[in-house]
Amino acid sequence: MLGWELPPYHVGGMGIACEQLCRNLASTGVDIEFVIPFDADFSHLDYMNVNPATTINFYTMAANNFDIYSSKHYHTSTQTLPANDIEVAYEKYVEKLVNLGSFDIIHAHDWLTFRAGLSAKQKSGKPLIVHVHATEFDRAGRAYGNQLVREIEYMGFQLADRIIAVSQATKQIIIDEYGISASKIDVAHNAYHFNPYEQLNGLNVYKYLDLLKKHGYQVVLSAGRLTIQKGLTHLMRAAKDVIAHQPKTIFLFVGSGDQYNELIRLSAELGISNNVIMVGHLNGTGQPWRDSFRIADVFVLPSVSEPFGLTPLEALSHSTPVIISKQSGVSEVLNHCLKVDFWDEQELANKLIAVLRDLPLKSMLSENGQRELNHITWKRSIDTIVEAYQRHLQGASP
Amino acid sequence: MSRSMVLYLHMHQPMRIRHFTIFDVGVNADYFQSTSDDDTNNQRVLDKIIEKSYSPTLDVLGELLQTHPEFQFSLSISGTLIEQLENCDSEIIPKLRSLVETRRVEIVGETYHHSLTFFYDQQEFETQVNMHAQKIQHLFGVTPTAFRNTELAYNNQLASWAESRGYKVILAEGWDPILGWRSPNFVYRPPDTHNIRLLLKNYKLSDDIAFRFGDKKWSGWPLTVDKFNSWANAGDGTNINLFMDFETFGEHQWEDTGIFDFLKALPGEWLKTASNNFMTISKMASSQEPVDVVDMPNTVTWADTERDLSAWLGNPMQRQAIQSLYELGGSITNTQDLELIEDWRKLQTSDHFYYMCTKWFNDGDIHAYFSPYQTPYEAFINFMNSYHSLRARLIEKGVQL
Repeated sequence: MLGWELPPYHVGGMGIACEQLCRNLASTGVDIEFVIPFDADFSHLDYMNVNPATTINFYTMAANNFDIYSSKHYHTSTQTLPANDIEVAYEKYVEKLVNLGSFDIIHAHDWLTFRAGLSAKQKSGKPLIVHVHATEFDRAGRAYGNQLVREIEYMGFQLADRIIAVSQATKQIIIDEYGISASKIDVAHNAYHFNPYEQLNGLNVYKYLDLLKKHGYQVVLSAGRLTIQKGLTHLMRAAKDVIAHQPKTIFLFVGSGDQYNELIRLSAELGISNNVIMVGHLNGTGQPWRDSFRIADVFVLPSVSEPFGLTPLEALSHSTPVIISKQSGVSEVLNHCLKVDFWDEQELANKLIAVLRDLPLKSMLSENGQRELNHITWKRSIDTIVEAYQRHLQGASP
Repeated sequence: MSRSMVLYLHMHQPMRIRHFTIFDVGVNADYFQSTSDDDTNNQRVLDKIIEKSYSPTLDVLGELLQTHPEFQFSLSISGTLIEQLENCDSEIIPKLRSLVETRRVEIVGETYHHSLTFFYDQQEFETQVNMHAQKIQHLFGVTPTAFRNTELAYNNQLASWAESRGYKVILAEGWDPILGWRSPNFVYRPPDTHNIRLLLKNYKLSDDIAFRFGDKKWSGWPLTVDKFNSWANAGDGTNINLFMDFETFGEHQWEDTGIFDFLKALPGEWLKTASNNFMTISKMASSQEPVDVVDMPNTVTWADTERDLSAWLGNPMQRQAIQSLYELGGSITNTQDLELIEDWRKLQTSDHFYYMCTKWFNDGDIHAYFSPYQTPYEAFINFMNSYHSLRARLIEKGVQL
């Protein structure tokens, strides 16, 4: 299993998805060697071996290579590859591992591991399954993105024995944008199981928001990287209309990214800075991150392009109702929520105002959403993946 | 002893609320004027139902009245549907009129706006019943002597009210937990009444046609006229009450299920037994003495396995929506602004609350009920924005809320 991050060392939802996926795969008897590009203590993941490909520390890696997630190269340069050094080291490590160990399947998550996966396939002759959590098209906000990244993705899709996409929408992008045949792609939706790494204490870290809420304020949360893919400028413009109707509303933005300054500037231009709080990056397993969901009255995922989107499920696990863009993969599995087209700022405002105004709407979205969350499990996706494994194992054996 | 088939068909279409946003509040009041190409577009839905159901079904019923002098039946038509039919070029109202002129088709009374007002505002309820009676008198020259409440929502209190207003008969669901060992196939009397009669829907036989007719997984499929008549003849009692939506024919059960052929053949087959006949609701009620009193202190409807109002008022969104609307009642009627009052009344139509039902909106079961909205939540949002629009109009008139 070739991945790039695992909780608690992760930037996006991909790490969480990989961890939960592996845990569920392991429980069906799959033996997993997980390769990760940095060195950290993963002794808490007792169901698989985690192999560090380098001695680099996660925070150093993340700090130096943050743009691997943001695709900010898409309009400036197509000549450079983000995180190239680490990717090369990662590939070398995987080659060594191939020479050492015995394994049956290579399962690679997203483009950063594709080159390592391809070379492992070439060396060993074992089937390669590529798992697509996001494409460059998504990261660039439904645009072309970085050409070199796209070429690596294309090669991975072409040469893989099987492709697993996290949603129908992602499958369609792989077909339309990369010209891959539909028959080669399976869909395995993500699921989410709340996994407390540390116990929450009763107090919320947001003392100020607690105080405001006692005075009738409500909190709208978005949590994710501040990058074009996430559609946050649409949310900010909708916020202006929401605040005009519901002045006691705070918009809480959790996350960092290349749009940080742009969003601050936009909130000032719209004259709503008083109602906007930018929290910056929070570790996705710590208490401040989870307190953001707990204190929120409604969570919004306004993404322009979101292959899956785990955060709405995480919000529901804290009984916070959610509004998601129709362009997100999670909208294929979640019904008890409100859905909007990402560009329809008026409709987003309309729905936000209704949730903040009418308590029964908020409570029913929360109750029914939580109930639905219990039915969104890994079971079916694990079946799809195991079936793909078996099919290619049979094909490989004489 | 003779036995009567009492066929009663209910015609209704709501005025569905368009995608009405917070940005329309205080600006627009065209709640029911969707021009979209989805099912919130009332004209579009009506055109489809006229073509698929109303027009062909009325033709079949007209032919049956001509072919069989013994054939008679009852129907009801809501005011919200009559208005929509009057505003389009269809031949439906003339066709209805020619049926009523045979004097073998009875029109049943109800609330004009197909509302649940009886449970919220007695005075408003009477107004809507009178509006409907006047409309029926004006269009067809008859005054209803039989009454049915919206969704067949019935209790003892409603029966007492109907008797006090001179109705001869009232309709309700023939629900087993109420009837116990008794059969719905007799004429009954509500408690503490003298003149009014109670006719109860034989839901098994009615739903064999209305719900199960085209269901290939049903053990009774295919339902032939032979089979149906053998079931109807096998029962006890003096009257088989077949109550259903008019839209059963061609809309709920599509033409390709054979539903029109079934309807065409049904009267001839039923009349083959010499002692069988047809009756309208009022004729049936006056032809037999009641065999027993049926006590229904709690409200019973014709919907779902629960047979209660939970499909309309079962969740917090539905309750907030309807309570908010009726709380505006006094302020609205005091304005004497006919357009404002009429919009308020059209928002009372029970369908608006039904669209907010979450009972069936579960995994893989999203399309188990009919709604023009993608989710019950969207139905609620459009409704509440319309409600706030009514408030905005009141405030503009200087009304203190």
